[in-house]
Amino acid sequence: MNAIDNKWIGQRTIRPDGADKVTGRAGYSADNAMPGMIWAKILRSPHAHANIRGIDTAKAAALPGVKAVVTARDITEFPVDTPVMLGIQDMRWMSRNVMAREKALFHGHPVAAVAAISEEIAAEACRLIEVEYEVLPHVIEIEDAIRPDAPLLHDFLRHEGKPSNIASTMVNKLGDIEAGFASADVIIERSFKTRPVHQGYIEPQACTVSCTADGKVTIWSSSQGQFMVRAMTALLTGIPQSSIRAIPAEIGGGFGAKTVIYLEPIAVLLSRKSGRPVKMVMSRDEVFRATGPTSGSMSTVKIGAKKDGTIVAAQGTFHIQAGCLPGGPVRGPVGCSFAPYEIANVLSVGYDVVSNRSKVTAYRAPGAPLGAYATETVIDELAETLGIDPLELRLKNSAGKGTKAAYGAVFGDVTFKETIQAIRNHPHYAAPLDRAPAKGVRRGRGVASGFWYNAGGESSAQLNITEDGNVTVTTGHPDVGGSRASIANVAAELLGIDHSRVSVLIGDTSSIGFSNLTGGSRVTFASAMVVTQSAEKVITQLRERAAKIWKIEPEAVAWSDGEARPAGANAGQFPPLTLKELAAKANEMGGPIGAGVQLTTTGADPGFATHVVDVEVDEELGIIRVLRYTAAQDVGRALHPDYVEGQIQGGVVQGIGWALSEEYLYDKQGRLDNASFLDYRMPVCSDVPMIEPVVLELPNPKHPQGVRGAGEAPLVPPLAAISNAVYDALGKRFYSLPMSPPKVMEVLGG
Amino acid sequence: MTAEMTMTDIRFLAPETLDDAISAYAAAQGAARILAGGTDLLVQMRNGVARPGVIIDIKGIGELTDIAEGADGSFTLGAAVSGAVLGEHPRFGTVWPGVLEAINLIGSTQVQGRASAGGNLCNASPAGDSVPAMVAAGAVVTVQGPKGRRQLAVEAFPAGPGRTNLAPGEIVVSFTLPPRPPGSGDAYLRMIPRTEMDIAVVGVGVNLTLADGVVTAARVGLGAVAPTVLLVADAGRALVGSRLEDAAVDAAAAACRAACNPIDDKRGTIAYRVRAAGVLLRRSVAIAAERAGRN
Repeated sequence: MNAIDNKWIGQRTIRPDGADKVTGRAGYSADNAMPGMIWAKILRSPHAHANIRGIDTAKAAALPGVKAVVTARDITEFPVDTPVMLGIQDMRWMSRNVMAREKALFHGHPVAAVAAISEEIAAEACRLIEVEYEVLPHVIEIEDAIRPDAPLLHDFLRHEGKPSNIASTMVNKLGDIEAGFASADVIIERSFKTRPVHQGYIEPQACTVSCTADGKVTIWSSSQGQFMVRAMTALLTGIPQSSIRAIPAEIGGGFGAKTVIYLEPIAVLLSRKSGRPVKMVMSRDEVFRATGPTSGSMSTVKIGAKKDGTIVAAQGTFHIQAGCLPGGPVRGPVGCSFAPYEIANVLSVGYDVVSNRSKVTAYRAPGAPLGAYATETVIDELAETLGIDPLELRLKNSAGKGTKAAYGAVFGDVTFKETIQAIRNHPHYAAPLDRAPAKGVRRGRGVASGFWYNAGGESSAQLNITEDGNVTVTTGHPDVGGSRASIANVAAELLGIDHSRVSVLIGDTSSIGFSNLTGGSRVTFASAMVVTQSAEKVITQLRERAAKIWKIEPEAVAWSDGEARPAGANAGQFPPLTLKELAAKANEMGGPIGAGVQLTTTGADPGFATHVVDVEVDEELGIIRVLRYTAAQDVGRALHPDYVEGQIQGGVVQGIGWALSEEYLYDKQGRLDNASFLDYRMPVCSDVPMIEPVVLELPNPKHPQGVRGAGEAPLVPPLAAISNAVYDALGKRFYSLPMSPPKVMEVLGG
Repeated sequence: MTAEMTMTDIRFLAPETLDDAISAYAAAQGAARILAGGTDLLVQMRNGVARPGVIIDIKGIGELTDIAEGADGSFTLGAAVSGAVLGEHPRFGTVWPGVLEAINLIGSTQVQGRASAGGNLCNASPAGDSVPAMVAAGAVVTVQGPKGRRQLAVEAFPAGPGRTNLAPGEIVVSFTLPPRPPGSGDAYLRMIPRTEMDIAVVGVGVNLTLADGVVTAARVGLGAVAPTVLLVADAGRALVGSRLEDAAVDAAAAACRAACNPIDDKRGTIAYRVRAAGVLLRRSVAIAAERAGRN
């Protein structure tokens, strides 16, 4: 697909961080250590829901080796009636999530923390902390939480004027929904349930923090945004941002979940109290119990169409789990579910529902997979009812230029149709499928599509020419998915130099300008934009230097293939000056060469994806396996194809787990019952086939390289695609996930 | 053992003889744990479930790491033989493919380099993969303690989840698998939601001997459906004398379902486990019979 004549953009160059990662040298969060460092542990609530009457830390503080103890009293209190927004996060809730204040809201909610000279002593001290709990009735599931007699988590939440566990409501509306359904020939309405799933990153949260006697704080931790770490820590500790330096470690996966913090403010307070550097590392058990996951959901989707397949009305009601504090990804299902389609009448309503679970965090295309699961299943049923091929039905109704989406956007040159056509024309879609290869074995094929907004936002970059004529590029974004490799390709391309001469680094909060989170499929879009503008400024400087040396006008100098060349009337008059030659003369001819750009980027275009999948069902044991999977997506431009393909493959694999095996299971006391990789069943390599990505490159005209974004859209279609394929195999529909073996056997009966 | 005890307070012993191991084990008076591959013990120590004062590594003892084929065709496996080593044995896998498959299902490839059938038995999980296959094979386990050496059937070894019938001070020495008559074959299948890196929801081991198409001997081991791994004698009886007609296999499957006494838990429901036990019995019988036909 590399239609443009690029030397580096679109090439599969070796990633800058690759050697360190494969040789084990890369420094992740837990790899840092400091002289004099002590260890901290968190005491967590043993109850799913309880008032905290009192906390006595005296015995813990008196244990030899203990250096500091903190509770919620040490953390900034934000009154519940005034929002304190930081991006999409409300610090009122973040404060209470990091450490329980009035109430313990889930089993595993932090209640206190201790720093001591060893992990063992810190853990022993936690056991010595006496907490007086008043245990309250708890509620875990959505359907229980929204009952009128449900135990209420927060007395300050109101829904329709009454105390409620529904924290907020979101409505997207277009046209006249009732008139729309009245004009429909066929209406299909179905209800769906999904379970919470964890992002499943390999690296547990960890940090090392040093708070010095003069009040300066340094934080080493991995996250999806060092500036987020700094800002949240500042708000939760009252320390000004200028006194905090957040240094990003290599990150071992985030998938959205590391867009918030858990440990850093606690470690800062413990370090300030003790005067010692403090290290904290979560166990896997703590990661499962108290970070993430994303929401479970309860949805109803109703779609009406004409006999010819024209969709005339669509209505969605989405109850989304927030966890124990408000802030579930309601915008995902409400806005994304119907966005791929041109529908005149839409009513999409979402409810943010709290319950006694850990507070949810973002997970790739937050909330969108939940909505697409419902919508894309109903569309599959609609296609069957109307006798229209499911891809043709999607094509007929696909959004295009000028389509107004219910969430408010009027689309420009969107490329949903192209993803459908790519799957329709792919050999997979036409390949013969042996539907009953053996007794008790059935196979089926399914399709589904998905949408994600994509995003721009704040980014900063600095591009410097070294004295020996090479290049360093610094951005402010943690590299979760290969962004350094993509940026190296862009910088080498623009400067016309060999890729190996470009070094790409991630700056800390004191060395580079503000940069927003790595998330929402925005980083390659935004950082390529600021790096491009920085490179253009540097090229201007280089042309000016050459012009000065040649004593001609800068406009008469062209930059090409890594060297300045006299152009126009002066062409051929002087031998070209290479980057190395210009760098050698830089200091005598005007000073160091380099430029930085800080920008709120705009122009992100939405991402669309269409997937086709073949599954095989063992009818005797209820085991579903994915046999073949093809995923088409328009990414605008794949700056580095390996990492675009990796995004698509990774998203699909996560979708397979979500559809078939992953779920949070709670016991009757409201405790998570499967807080380990053994019993929280993410797919392993042998569970998934090689996912075939079909990378479409239809350039985004508003981006210098045409980038749209890649990371979110691939996780939107898989839940419905797999469910539709299972229906195709068995002739029975599933309306809840995961389609685990016991559930499959229940549906099959017998 | 005190609450302040940490990893650094543990004494590590690596005796070279079984007698030394048994004396050290007895001397520790219950504070010691035996280490073969350590793939269960080290996990338990990290979780804080096990806090031994003494660890006795038995991998340096010849009898516990030998694989011996007797003149009569019997096999004796040292308790600490790892799955990977057993897999490389030129003969064992052809004689007892089901037992080998079961042992090789324990953990990942890396874990196979350490994990042993002896450890799997002593861990006494009802879901241990090697145990149903060993039960089906009619394996006998040799144990030795301060009072001497004794033998017991594998199915008599576990006492409940995490508990064994080892007397204080006793160490598992070896497994003895009986000679194989011609026309014998075995198989082990487990149900797991994933394809690997998982724990059995149900496991079934089947061992058959056929003569002229008629089953002359049959043993069935059933795992993860009761507090201990079971020998399902009724299933074996249903198969003996049959030509593995549908009715006989159905009767054996029904016997397996009847033997189930599972719990509802995060890994599977009672209804699901009971049903799967019958399905896996049928499938294991088919594989064992096919293998028997080749031998």
